[in-house]
Amino acid sequence: MTYTPHSPISVSGLSHWFGEGETRKQAIFDIDFAIKKGSLTVLMGPSGSGKTTMLTLMGCLRDVQKGQLSLLGHELHGADETMKIMLRRRLGFIFQAHNLHESLTATQNVLMGLQVHQSGVRATVDVEQQNKAARHILSLLGLEDRLDYMPAHLSGGQKQRVAIARALVASPDIVFADEPTAALDKDTGLTVVKLLKELGEKRGITTVMVTHDNRILQLADRILTMDEGHLVDEVVPA
Amino acid sequence: MTRFLTWVLGRLPIGWLQLTHNKGRFAAALAGVAFANVLVFVQLGMMGALTGSTLQPYQLFEADILISSSDSKSLTEGGNVARVHMLNALAVPEVASAAPVYISMVDWRVQEDQTSALQLVGLPIEAIDFMAPVLRPQFLQLALPDTALIDRKTRGGTEVFFNSLSPETPAVFEMKNRQIKLIGTLQNGAGFSADGNLVMSDQSVLRLSPSRSSGAPDHILLQVQPGASIDRTVELLKQVLPTETLKIRSFAKAAADEQAYQTSEKPVGIIFGFGTVIGVLVGIVIVYQVLSTDVADHLKEYATFKAMGFGEGFFLSIIFEEAIILAVFGFFPSVLAAAGIYHLLVLKSGLPVELTLASGLMVFIGTLAACALSGTIATRRLAHADPADLF
Repeated sequence: MTYTPHSPISVSGLSHWFGEGETRKQAIFDIDFAIKKGSLTVLMGPSGSGKTTMLTLMGCLRDVQKGQLSLLGHELHGADETMKIMLRRRLGFIFQAHNLHESLTATQNVLMGLQVHQSGVRATVDVEQQNKAARHILSLLGLEDRLDYMPAHLSGGQKQRVAIARALVASPDIVFADEPTAALDKDTGLTVVKLLKELGEKRGITTVMVTHDNRILQLADRILTMDEGHLVDEVVPA
Repeated sequence: MTRFLTWVLGRLPIGWLQLTHNKGRFAAALAGVAFANVLVFVQLGMMGALTGSTLQPYQLFEADILISSSDSKSLTEGGNVARVHMLNALAVPEVASAAPVYISMVDWRVQEDQTSALQLVGLPIEAIDFMAPVLRPQFLQLALPDTALIDRKTRGGTEVFFNSLSPETPAVFEMKNRQIKLIGTLQNGAGFSADGNLVMSDQSVLRLSPSRSSGAPDHILLQVQPGASIDRTVELLKQVLPTETLKIRSFAKAAADEQAYQTSEKPVGIIFGFGTVIGVLVGIVIVYQVLSTDVADHLKEYATFKAMGFGEGFFLSIIFEEAIILAVFGFFPSVLAAAGIYHLLVLKSGLPVELTLASGLMVFIGTLAACALSGTIATRRLAHADPADLF
């Protein structure tokens, strides 16, 4: 698929470098692709191939240095920090290490996914409504009996499900997931991604997932393979 | 508490949850803030005692104007004033009356092995109107030679002893080879240089110190005519008296001058002032350390929140939330500790150490300000929370 600004994510001639002067090294080479709304795209490739850099660029976590990157209809090349923060609020992130806040319960962690959208003015916040939404999505992910548990008292799979709930609770337009199954056993990993895909389809969420886990490929709508900063293969599973 | 803070903040009280997650560390942080507060409270208490005890001797008198030697910085320091100036002052129509006052230090042997340094104040019996009204009935009894009133708050004295004193049952003790009879008490208070006060007639004072001349009192007290302006009278006195050798001030200004001298020029006042500053600095360092460590410990969480789209204002509000929580929760135990320490100080030293609403408010506001300052410095660490590093 070529560059189409109306896609949730559209990339054209994207290159990226790290470092300065003699240590400057190119990590991404002139990449083009576009991702369809509501799809699950898997980004594969060996370590150091540029997958994570792509993810951070698409997630508005790095500045675009060269090329075009359209996210939800907004060009990120030259976008200011305010624009990037506003866009990030329409995204969901799932990290390899779940990154739950250890001081918050499962429900409170998920609530943070909703509170990022509020203005901070007390009168405008319906805390009970937010609590209900957070508890609902945790129940959908099978954590109804772990709502008030602290992350330290949850298993790895449960933590990752809380992280998924946090990423999805505000119905983002796009979810970026980085190795979400890396810390999970085989069965749990597959269950978690199935849940992610199921909820994504129900809510019309576009998902981009970086993974090395071949078992997940069967769930993907599209597989992009990167190597040494180049997009080397693009597969649409039958 | 979490519900209440959620209601107040309109968001999850992340700062509160972070601080209370590790209860041991939270308790240690509060103890640190409380410790810094107690340091400040003690210094302020001592400073208050210094200013309070400086003013106490002035409360013995009822006067409008004080004439002192030009080198006099306090009631007990400085040269004498020639009595003739009192007569010249009386020539000013606005001056209604005048009285010489003699002030010196004497030792009172409380027990065989214990001596108290008393500030001896002598005033003519006929100048009874210059004594504070509450002291006048007892003061009249001092017309008898070698009689004295002793301060009930004198260090070393006991309640039983002071209650036993009366003209009929005086306590007799030897002072400078004279038998002095304590025939009653007054209530004033100990200071930093005196353990209490002893009031006598001027004649008794002069008998105790034969080398002193009745023509050279330490100060001259003046009362102005009813309706006369004190400031105007001071100006008139300056025209008729030699200002190069005399300091002519309203009584209130003399007290304020001595207060300023004791707190800003005397070593003890400077030390207490520095102590207060050190306490504030210790507080800032402790709170900064707590907040800074907390930010460092939660960099990953903050980076996650940044990735989720939370702006700088959100992170600042968490740090200030923590700063305010530390300030508020550290304040109350420090008030209790300070009250206990003040009580002990009053018992042991007799100094007027008081925990006032003003000092409490000052410390509380100072704590909030110090915590806010520490929080502001700690926010610099937030820059290290880069969400791109999470992947």
